[in-house]
Amino acid sequence: MTRRMLSKQAVEPERCELVKEPPVLFESDRRGFLRFLGTGLVVICSAAKTAALQESGAGRRRGGPELPQEIDAWLHIGEKDEITAFTGKVEVGQNIRTSLTQAVAEELRVPIGSIALVMGDTKLVPYDMGTFGSLTTPVMNLQLRRVSGAARDALIAMAAKQWSVDAARLTATDGKVVDTQAKRSAKYSELVRGQQITQVLPAEDPLIPPAQWTVAGQTIPKVDGRDFVTGRHQYPSDITRPGMLYGKVVRSSAFNATLVSADTNVAEAMPGVTVVRDGNFLGVAAVSSAEAEKAAAAIHAEWKAEPQSSSKELFEYLKTHQEKPEEGDNYCFVSGDVAPVFAAAEHKVSATYNINYIAHAPLETRAAVAEWSGDQLTVWAGTQRPFGVRGELATAFHLPEEKVRVLMPDTGSGYGGKHTADAALEAARLARAAKKPVKVVWTREEEFTWAYFRPGGVIEVSGAVGADGKITAWEFHNYNSGTAGYRTYYDIPNQKIEFHPVDSPLRQGSYRGLAATANHFAREAHMDELAAAVKMDPLEFRLKNLKDERLQAVFEQGGKKFGWNNARPANHGFGVGGGFEKRGYVATFVEVALKPETSEITIQRVLTAFDCGTVVNPDGLRNQIIGANIMGLGGALFEAIEYQNGRIVNNAFSKYRVPRFRDVPRMEAMLIDRKDKEPVGAGEAPIVGIAPAIANAVFAVTGVRLRTLPMGPQLAAKGFLVT
Amino acid sequence: MPTYELRVNGQSHSVEAEPETSLLFILREQLGLTGTKYGCGEAQCGACTVLIGGRAKRSCRTQVSVVAGKEITTIEGLTRNEKLHPVQQAFLDEGAMQCAFCTSGMIMSAVSLLNEKPHPSDNDILQSMDGNICRCGTYPRIMAAIRRASGAGKEQRP
Repeated sequence: MTRRMLSKQAVEPERCELVKEPPVLFESDRRGFLRFLGTGLVVICSAAKTAALQESGAGRRRGGPELPQEIDAWLHIGEKDEITAFTGKVEVGQNIRTSLTQAVAEELRVPIGSIALVMGDTKLVPYDMGTFGSLTTPVMNLQLRRVSGAARDALIAMAAKQWSVDAARLTATDGKVVDTQAKRSAKYSELVRGQQITQVLPAEDPLIPPAQWTVAGQTIPKVDGRDFVTGRHQYPSDITRPGMLYGKVVRSSAFNATLVSADTNVAEAMPGVTVVRDGNFLGVAAVSSAEAEKAAAAIHAEWKAEPQSSSKELFEYLKTHQEKPEEGDNYCFVSGDVAPVFAAAEHKVSATYNINYIAHAPLETRAAVAEWSGDQLTVWAGTQRPFGVRGELATAFHLPEEKVRVLMPDTGSGYGGKHTADAALEAARLARAAKKPVKVVWTREEEFTWAYFRPGGVIEVSGAVGADGKITAWEFHNYNSGTAGYRTYYDIPNQKIEFHPVDSPLRQGSYRGLAATANHFAREAHMDELAAAVKMDPLEFRLKNLKDERLQAVFEQGGKKFGWNNARPANHGFGVGGGFEKRGYVATFVEVALKPETSEITIQRVLTAFDCGTVVNPDGLRNQIIGANIMGLGGALFEAIEYQNGRIVNNAFSKYRVPRFRDVPRMEAMLIDRKDKEPVGAGEAPIVGIAPAIANAVFAVTGVRLRTLPMGPQLAAKGFLVT
Repeated sequence: MPTYELRVNGQSHSVEAEPETSLLFILREQLGLTGTKYGCGEAQCGACTVLIGGRAKRSCRTQVSVVAGKEITTIEGLTRNEKLHPVQQAFLDEGAMQCAFCTSGMIMSAVSLLNEKPHPSDNDILQSMDGNICRCGTYPRIMAAIRRASGAGKEQRP
């Protein structure tokens, strides 16, 4: 794959995350699957409807014929009252196994413990584009509620028929249909016993309104928490198969290198070692990971690579390596006319903000186990896109997609970093040669080098503001970071906002919040610069320029809880940053303290007010909000990928600092539960406020304006130390 | 290759390995104890933490030859007769995990701390836990879980 294709593929859902044609499911598979489920009640939906669930414009089988018989099964109620729900979404720590289980329990009226969720197994679950874009809660939670509600109503109808009563007098509770008038009840399993009943998801089915929820919307502990605290849970890197070998890839000396020669004689002579050389791929499989490492080390390979740029010149590079947008792509948004307003402005402020590349650094590195059986390929992989990985495998091995099954065990995090098939392709290639299952687990160094990164960027912002504090013009140019969150939510009559694609110096892709963190940093820092220009309080200035009532609410209520208007201790600064991302409203407040005698700056506390509509699990939501802030702290203060001539320089935790216990200030999450609004995702949006809030708090106490992420090095250059 | 007698979770195992082989490798690949995780291989993240004689050790940088004959405890050995260790229970009670890949190592480090200091101060917790990375950022809850397990009571959860 060329670099260009990779960068195109992985930048972000808004732009180009999914270039591959979506896969096709075959009707025979699905029918077989229904047989496999056995007797009981199954709720199905036509695959066309499933496709419509996916993001607009990206539905599957574009241009292909519809197969009307094609169906997806979403829910099964078995003979022993065991409930199985099927979803293509995957668990990487966002706690959706629990929140989706709650959705099923709520509508189906069954105990949480009776529900098993099958997630991310391409053979069993309906097609899904992937777990990204904070879509699980708005899309899948709703879908599983609808499916479960349909099952509940079908069961009530069955009981009504059996008992020859009006369905309206029956209720469903605790896995039973109850007739209170006749004092009788029937367990769901009794109603379906011995039959195979198929219920098609109706077009419309009333859902239980959030205000009446008793299981959804509540704090329910992680459904499989015990498996995690006992070490019993099997992550992708823990999977073993009979006769399994361990794979190791011999990596090139630099990015975009070509394999010139490889002396594999010594490795090939080692007992039990298989060596594969295929184009630029060079790898080994052996009976243990230690043996595989030895064999890989015994290979002498020569690579050829062109000279490449380095992180020292990143921002200059981004300004000088622009790409033409592809035809049909328009990344420029204009309203009114900014030029005459800037020319006549009372106050005009222009500034450039720089964003470094950062790494996801998921604690579980990429891992996959691949097993061939004839021309059937099964792969267990840690990925946020099981169907995408299936497609990549099918393409790489020239297989029809129904010959490939990808399973995704709950994985050791992703943060947008596990969209591609890398380790799965490597394991499958080695397994095919070795004729045995092969596991590939990337080392930390490989993870820091060969995964993709959150794009670096340069953002140029100009704003004009009147003496009354109303912003009159706004111009915003983003080079390379991406389009997520680049439009302003402030009420500004004249705007020009443009994204400029770049032939990126590194392999780059999705990340928690995508470019929204960079864009919010630039926008919200610049809001403070404008507020300072007209000598207004930064929070008051934001509220003056906001019309959206939900956004006003997070700023106002968050500010109140934080004590924004309280007297600030000497040498303490407050900062705020917030916005709207992935349909969530966020405002983050930060207090920093400066010790003038040592120039030490300490982050004292952080508060994030967050509105994501109806809350589906308050405790899980708090965990996401705090976690996002702590992750955001790293990118805000000290994370930056350093690279030089096609190599990553800081490719280890000892060289790349991520937040640790000591870095965490007092953190508070303030939930604004809008039961009148549909629930939306929460894994990404809460990350966007902390960087600008810190920058603004530091400005408040030091007068130093920080315009580069991470901010630590710039602070150090000015003689300050962040502790 | 030399043979080593390892005592892991109260059971004896004979393993054949080069002396410098990491204990992590032995646990995961030879004994099938996959609750102990690989995170970095340079003792920087704590995911591979086990107890050697009750004290936390990074198994990725512990050579098998050094621990032969010593009492090794992994996450799988903390649970007795299906009853969770108080630290495991506290992690559940505080919801102190997200993807939970760090959880084994966090729990083992916390057990080691509490073995040494049954009532640690917050500073003690920071000192002894700072080598464990939770990339999901669950640190405040892990702090709360350790306080809870130590009987120090639960501070308000963020």
